[in-house]
Amino acid sequence: MMATARVSQLRASTGGETVYELTGVGKTYARNRVRALEGISLSLERGSFSSVIGSSGCGKSTLLKIMAGLIPPSQGRVTINNQPVRGPRRDIGMMFQHATLFPWRTTIENVLLPIEIRDGKAAAKAAWGRGEKLLDLVGLGGFESVYPDELSGGMAQRAAICRMLVTQPDMILLDEPFSALDEISRDFMNMELQRICTETNATAFLVTHSIAEAVILSDRVYVLAPRPGRIAEVVEIDLPRPRTLDMITTPKFGALVERIRTRLDKGDFE
Amino acid sequence: MTDTAPDQLDDTVWVEKASLIDSIPRPVQIASVAVVFITVWQLITLSDLVPPIILPTPLETWNDMMFVGANVLSGGYMLDSLWTTVKTVLYGYALAIAIGLTLGIIVGETAFGERAIMPYLVAIDTMPKVAFAPLFVAWLGFDIDSKVALAAFIATFPIVVGTAAGLHAPDANARMLFKTMGASRWQTLYKMKLPTGLPQIFTGLKIGSVGVMAGAITGEFLGGGNGFGELIRVAASQLNTPRVFSLILYLSLVGLALFAATSYAQRVLVFWHKDRVIGAEG
Ligand SMILES: Nc1ncnc2c1ncn2[C@@H]1O[C@H](COP(=O)(O)OP(=O)(O)OP(=O)(O)O)[C@@H](O)[C@H]1O
Ligand SMILES: [Mg+2]
Repeated sequence: MMATARVSQLRASTGGETVYELTGVGKTYARNRVRALEGISLSLERGSFSSVIGSSGCGKSTLLKIMAGLIPPSQGRVTINNQPVRGPRRDIGMMFQHATLFPWRTTIENVLLPIEIRDGKAAAKAAWGRGEKLLDLVGLGGFESVYPDELSGGMAQRAAICRMLVTQPDMILLDEPFSALDEISRDFMNMELQRICTETNATAFLVTHSIAEAVILSDRVYVLAPRPGRIAEVVEIDLPRPRTLDMITTPKFGALVERIRTRLDKGDFE
Repeated sequence: MTDTAPDQLDDTVWVEKASLIDSIPRPVQIASVAVVFITVWQLITLSDLVPPIILPTPLETWNDMMFVGANVLSGGYMLDSLWTTVKTVLYGYALAIAIGLTLGIIVGETAFGERAIMPYLVAIDTMPKVAFAPLFVAWLGFDIDSKVALAAFIATFPIVVGTAAGLHAPDANARMLFKTMGASRWQTLYKMKLPTGLPQIFTGLKIGSVGVMAGAITGEFLGGGNGFGELIRVAASQLNTPRVFSLILYLSLVGLALFAATSYAQRVLVFWHKDRVIGAEG
């Protein structure tokens, strides 16, 4: 309850145009009566980057699936550009921990798959140039006709980013997208993600286990408390942009990380 | 290996060395097994342990194979026989593939199929299917149809099971991804589930290709006609064992060709699957 009040306060205090909005969203899984989420309200502005962080099983993936229109909420309202989300939509792109590229398709055919599925083969062919541009954007220029088993894990995730962006979504949802990568590629990919989001003016919502990752990427971090999942705290990250990896060593960064960590520890005992 | 020059290969470096038997080329390996086999065979026939009427010598068998081969190549009655059996096998296989894929998709795609149809398929599959041969003959006559039916009947089940297993192969990530793209059930099936399941489907097809041979020959044993199965039956009743042996060897070539064709189709269609074909060299 308290959290809801705080969020609406925040919404009032910031200017920009709202792309995505959740109001009082709750989810109880009918199968096992697990209350995964309760009273989640948040609103995301165009071009903003938000993260949600919380312990394992606190409902982060559930939240993302609801936002993607993959599962319906039990309570509450979900809207994108003031339209209710009632199923998967082309203006919502999503990315998971695993790249899931299909080995019988070349890299660019994988990237164009969402268009092929929504608009057919001809449309996918017509969008070939857009696919190439996206691959260039993520540094995969020249890999168009390579089959995915020749890509490294990081390259595969970059191709998955292109696939997510190819329908030009207003909202991109990321569920621990780089957690299967080693730490060095992960840092690198996070910086890439920031650059891509800036260049495409995408509105992003990231689920992560890493506090540092949340802080370095986000304008705002939602800390989720478990059982049922609810927003325990919203932390505004006022580090300057563009963010760089050496900001991690600054006292300000440390203070933000510390604040979130304290909140997370408390959440586990509640 | 590549960064070690040959002259450095003294006993101070430790490098992986292939064992002697593995370094022999594969055709030579295969031929050597045949040589050992035929030698043992010849020794047994020389030893008087087994009467020649039970086990012909390799040479007798070879001579008969030459005879059968000449008859087939010159367009003799054995060519008709061979063609009858090959037709039976091909029709039976085609029928088994059509029915097997259809049933496999129904069982693998729908909860109803999985819950209500699969138990019956399992029940039928556990029956000794060749016991149905007299029934097929009674229903479809002594012509090729009854043999095609038996061949297809035996080959269908592994294809159903392979297809259903293949459709269950995609992981949760792939399913979720297709959901986020708003894919229809049909799109999910033919753009994701079927291609992902192709290796399992081909496993079913290969088992089916073996079953279809067994079904066709059993049908010809029990239902007459003029196929190779009938020739074998007649030769056996005349105690012409070299002929039986040579006919069996020719039949195994037909079976091998069917299996090889299936493996080849798999290699072309499942080009991305690295360790794809069972039994193929790495
Ligand atoms: N399909 C489902 N059916 C029933 N319960 C579910 C389902 N999915 C998730 N849950 C339950 O809902 C709760 C939240 O799960 P969720 O996957 O959203 O957590 P998470 O925060 O993403 O965890 P992690 O960090 O481990 O990925 C868990 O208790 C889980 O058991
Ligand atoms: Mg999760």
